[in-house]
Amino acid sequence: MKKSLKVASIGRECVACGCCAAVCPRGAIQIPYGIIARLDEEKCVGCGKCAKTCPAAVITLVERREAL
Amino acid sequence: MRKDMPCCRDYTCRKEGGSVKKKRWSDYLWIVELLYLFLGLFNILFAWLGMLFFTIPLLIAVFGGGKAYCNRYCGRGQLLGLLGGRWKLSRNAPPPKFLRSPWFRYGFLTFFMVMFGLMLYSTYAVFTGAPLKETVTLLWVFKLPWQWPEVGMVAPWFAQFAFGFFGVMLTSTVLGIVTMLLFRPRSWCVYCPMGTMTQGICRLKHRKEAASYGRTSQKDSGASETSGQ
Ligand code: SF4
Ligand code: SF4
Ligand code: SF4
Repeated sequence: MKKSLKVASIGRECVACGCCAAVCPRGAIQIPYGIIARLDEEKCVGCGKCAKTCPAAVITLVERREAL
Repeated sequence: MRKDMPCCRDYTCRKEGGSVKKKRWSDYLWIVELLYLFLGLFNILFAWLGMLFFTIPLLIAVFGGGKAYCNRYCGRGQLLGLLGGRWKLSRNAPPPKFLRSPWFRYGFLTFFMVMFGLMLYSTYAVFTGAPLKETVTLLWVFKLPWQWPEVGMVAPWFAQFAFGFFGVMLTSTVLGIVTMLLFRPRSWCVYCPMGTMTQGICRLKHRKEAASYGRTSQKDSGASETSGQ
């Protein structure tokens, strides 16, 4: 699959509420041990749904670093 | 629609192995939350059931289930999500900075615990002989006289706790709904005392992981270092 140009980036102030994981169509976000949300960049397609729902507004879309 | 948003265009993501979410029984727990608020109006003693919403998340966090309560089983979170999301009652704006700051989160938790302590104290006072106050306090100030007490069959302190506890639940629901309307659907989750406590427990329990997850943004962690499981 072609890589998206954007990818989500999750900030430290995440409250681990799980809203982002619930809306992500690719299941790219997990909250291991209930600590903080973690992103699987391979799965992320940069749709930005997570960033729009995050109540703590800690998710931003950034340019994907490497052009794989 | 921009080219770099495939999953919003034609569900490409789903075709290529993305998950189509099936409804689970736990997706209907918002009904429990509604039922709880309704039962509390019907008879204040049902307020005691709310202790489940306090103990279950803590037990899950303590016994290694992480934030599964917030992520899957919280009826309040689901209700706010439905009202703000599906019913589109939310303004859907990011909450202001102060509301998202750790100061506010932990400050609110402290405030909440103090109010909870005061409530326990008034329960104790009734236990030792003070008269029962048949009011539910909303937002810590407004006293709602309750029309349907019917608490004759139990000890006064038992009823007093129910009144106090229902006040706590009602207050947090009102705050949750107000921030849902003003900001994002689940803005309450940012400063929800249960959420703060459970995350705190998880952080303490998994200090090592928490320290390494601190480096979470794309800039300072390897792109391949991903889900951490
Ligand atoms: S940008 Fe889209 S695909 Fe990527 S994590 Fe967020 S919701 Fe999932
Ligand atoms: S929605 Fe935001 S605060 Fe909630 S788990 Fe995801 S990144 Fe963290
Ligand atoms: S933060 Fe509070 S309201 Fe939100 S899901 Fe967790 S327990 Fe429920």
